[in-house]
Amino acid sequence: MSIDMSQFHQVFFEECFEGLEAMESGLLSLDIGDIDPEAINTIFRAAHSIKGGSGTFGFTVVAEYTHIMETLLDEMRDGRRQVTKQAVDVLLGSVDCLREMLTSIQNEEEVNAQSVAQHQAALETELNGESSAANSPSSAPAISQPASPVESPEEDEEPEIEEEQGWKISFCPYLNLLKTGNDPVRLFRELSALGKLTSNVNIQDVPPFNELDPEECNISWDLVLVSDASESAVREIFSWVEEDCELELSPLAKPKKKKKPKAAAPAPIAPPVVAEAKDVAEPVAPPPATVVKKAPTEAEAAKNAPKASSSIRVDTDKIDTLINMVGEVVITQSMLGLIGENFTMDKVGQLKRGLAQLERHTRDLQQSVMNIRMLPISFVFSRFPRLVHDISTKLNKKITLKLVGENTEVDKAVVELINDPLVHLIRNSLDHGIEMPAERIAAGKPETGTIELKAYHRGGHIVIEIIDDGRGMDKSKLLAKAIEKGLVEESAIMTDKQILELIFMPGFSTAEQLSDISGRGVGMDVVRRNIQSLGGNIDIISELGKGSTIAIHLPLTLAILDGQSVAVGDETYIVPLVSIIESINITEKMLNKVAGKGETFKLRNEYLPIIRMREIFNVKSGAATKPNEGVIVVVEGQGALCGFLVDELLGQQQVVIKSLEANYRRVEGVSGATILGDGSVALILDVPGLVRLSVC
Amino acid sequence: MSEKNENEIEAIEGETGAKKNADTSTIIQYLSFVLGKEEYGVDILRVQEIRSWEPVSRVPNVPFYEKGVVNLRGAIVPIIDLRERFSLSKPEYTPLTVVVVLQTGSGSHTRIMGVVVDSVSDVISIERTDIQSAPDFGTKVSNEFINGLVSVNERMVMLLDVDKLLLLEVLEQNDY
Repeated sequence: MSIDMSQFHQVFFEECFEGLEAMESGLLSLDIGDIDPEAINTIFRAAHSIKGGSGTFGFTVVAEYTHIMETLLDEMRDGRRQVTKQAVDVLLGSVDCLREMLTSIQNEEEVNAQSVAQHQAALETELNGESSAANSPSSAPAISQPASPVESPEEDEEPEIEEEQGWKISFCPYLNLLKTGNDPVRLFRELSALGKLTSNVNIQDVPPFNELDPEECNISWDLVLVSDASESAVREIFSWVEEDCELELSPLAKPKKKKKPKAAAPAPIAPPVVAEAKDVAEPVAPPPATVVKKAPTEAEAAKNAPKASSSIRVDTDKIDTLINMVGEVVITQSMLGLIGENFTMDKVGQLKRGLAQLERHTRDLQQSVMNIRMLPISFVFSRFPRLVHDISTKLNKKITLKLVGENTEVDKAVVELINDPLVHLIRNSLDHGIEMPAERIAAGKPETGTIELKAYHRGGHIVIEIIDDGRGMDKSKLLAKAIEKGLVEESAIMTDKQILELIFMPGFSTAEQLSDISGRGVGMDVVRRNIQSLGGNIDIISELGKGSTIAIHLPLTLAILDGQSVAVGDETYIVPLVSIIESINITEKMLNKVAGKGETFKLRNEYLPIIRMREIFNVKSGAATKPNEGVIVVVEGQGALCGFLVDELLGQQQVVIKSLEANYRRVEGVSGATILGDGSVALILDVPGLVRLSVC
Repeated sequence: MSEKNENEIEAIEGETGAKKNADTSTIIQYLSFVLGKEEYGVDILRVQEIRSWEPVSRVPNVPFYEKGVVNLRGAIVPIIDLRERFSLSKPEYTPLTVVVVLQTGSGSHTRIMGVVVDSVSDVISIERTDIQSAPDFGTKVSNEFINGLVSVNERMVMLLDVDKLLLLEVLEQNDY
C-alpha cells in the first residue's frame, strides 16, 4: 500500500481557497497609509501556507507563483517596502490568478499559462520597480527565478526522464501465487507495454522433479524495465498479486531533482523510493507528487472523478451535541425496551412518559442534525467586500459596505443558491443606487455612499436586507417606463408597492445606458424567480433621494417544514405554518358574495377572499360544504391575505419535504409531499400558488 | 405465476445481464399482464417490483387515470391505472389488484411509477425477430405506446414502450 497523495488533494484545495479568501479580505481591509502589521502578517501566513502546501503536493506552478507574492509581502511586513494602492491591487489580482490556477489544477485542466505569466510579470515589476530594497537578500531568489512560469512543471520533471529512466523490479511470488489464479506471464505482458522489459529467472528454488508440485510457483524474477512510467503505474500492474509476493522496486538511474531555491524547503522531495520499498506490505514513500499529477493511473483518475461531491466543515461542538443526543436516544430506547418486555397495564404511565421522552429526544436529534447543515451567512457575505471594492473603483464611486449579522446561520443549500441573486442585487445598488460623489455632495449627503448588508432571523425565516442610501427609485419614472414598454395599461391605477414591483417584470430596466455591470433588464425577474423557487419572497421599499431597501425572506431550511395538517373531505393536506396568520370559525353573517360567485369574509375591517379547498381540489368525499361548518385558515401568500376553507384542523407537526417532481410532475397548488406517521402521503400546499390559482 | 417467482427472475437478471442480452442474444424477456381481456407485455428489466394495491393519496386536478401517489420506501411514487388509461376494464380495487412498479430512465434521471393492472400472468422470452410491428388500429392506444406484437401460445401479446407510457405529459396532451 502506498500513500495516495491524491486523497488529500480535496482538503488541500479547500484550505487553499480558504487561505485565498483570508488573503483577499486582509488585502481589502488594509488601510493604505496606516498599515496594521498584524494584517500583513495574516496575509503573509496565508500565502505561506498555500506555498508550502502546493510544494508538498507537487503543484510547483502554484508554489513558485506564491513564492513571489510572499517575497513582496515579506518586504512589506518588514517595513522595507511601502504599501501602495497599486501593490494591493496587484496582490488582489494575484489572488484571483492563484484561485484560477488552483481551480484548473483541481479540475485537472491545463493551467492558463498566459494569464499566469501576465500576473507574474505584474508582480515582478512591482517587486523590482520602486522597491526600496531591491537588493535585499529576500528578493534575490525571486529575481533569479526564470521569468516564464510555464517552464516550471515540465522542467522539473524532465531530469527524471533522462536516459536509462526505468525500474529494477525484483519479483518473488509466494508458492501459492498460481493458486490465486494469477499468471506472471500476464503481468510481464502488461509491463512490456510500458517500455522495454528484460527478465532474468531465478530457478535455484525449484525442487527436484519428483517433489515438484505443478501448482506451486517456485521461481522468481529479476526484471529490468526501461520506461518513463511512474512508480505507481508499475505498482498498479502488480496490485493484484501484492498480497502473494515480495516485490522490490528501485529506479534504474536516481532521478536528478533540480534543487529549487527556497520553495523546496517546505516541499521535501520524496526520498529515493528504494529505501522504503523493501516490503510491499509496508507503506511506501509517496512517489514524487509531480509524477502523480502528470500521469495519474486510470484507477486514480476514476477516484478523482466525483468532484461534485461537496463537503462541509462542521463545528466540533455541533458534533458533540449530536453524539450526546444519540446517547440519550439510545438510553430512552433501552428503557422502552425494558417496559415492553414484561408489559402490564399498570406500566402504561411509565410507557407514556418514556414515549414523551423519546419524542423530545427525537426532535432534539433532528434539530441537531439539521444544525450540521447550517452555515453562517458570512460564507456568502465574505465575497462582497471584494465585489464592492472592484466595482466602485470601476465606477469611480466611493462606497463602503457594512456587513451586519454575518454569523446568522442558514441551511447550506440556501447559502449556495442565494449567492447569485445577492450578487445581482448588490451590483444593482452599486450601479443604480449609489450616486456619483459630486451628485451626493450636491444632494447634501456624505460623499461616500453606504451599502448595508444585513442578515437576521425572524420566525422560521432568515431575512437578508440590502440597504443603500443612494438615490432611491423614482416611482413616476418607473411607471412611465412600464407604460412605454407596454407592460402596464396607461390607465392603470397602481399602489406604490405595485409600482416598485414592476422592476421584477421581465425586460424592465430604467437605466439610461447599458453598462457591463447592470442595466440589461434581465435579472430582477430571474432574481425573484430564484428566490421564489427557494420558497422565499422579496420586497422593496424605496424612497426617492433617500435610498432603497430590498428585503429577502428565505426559509431556514429546505428539508423540513413546520406544517399544520388540515382535513378536506377524507384527504389530508399540509399548510406550511409560516404562511398561516390565524385560523377562525366564521358565521354566515361574515360572508359576502362578490358578483354572486366569489366569496369574501370580513376580518377586522378587511375583506378577504375565500378559497374553498374542496372546490379547488375537486374533493368528492366527506360532507361539509358550508363555510360556517368548516374552518377558515387565513394565510398570506404573495403579500395578499386569503382564507382557505377546510373541514377541520388536525394538528401541527414537522414534516419532511419530499419532491413530487422526482417521479411525478409539478402539480398546480402543491409544492411537495410528505409522509405522515401512518405511512400515507399528504400533499403540502403551495400557498402563493393557490392564491394565484384562485385569482386567475 | 407467483409474485415471488417474478422477483427471483428479476434478481437474476441484473443490469449487466441486460446489456449482455441486448448485445449478444436476440432474446428479450417480457413480463406479461392482463388488462380486461387483452394481454400486454413490458420489458422485464424495466420492472422494479410487483405490489398489491394499497390506497393512494389522491392528487388534485390531474387526469382521472392518475390515481394518486403512494409512499414507496420513502419515495413518492405516482400510480396510474392502465385499465382506465386504455378504457379496458372496470377499475375495481381489491387486495388482489396488482401494481407493477416500472422504472424509466430518461437521461441520467430515472423515474419510478406504478401501473395498476388486472393481473400479472407470465414471463415470456421472445426472439427479437418474432416481434411484429403493430398495425394501426386507429385508436389512441395503438401505435403510440406499442412497440410491437408477439404471439405466445396462440395468444397475442402487445409489447408496451415503457418510456413513452410513463411520459405523463404526453398522456395528458392526448386527453385534453
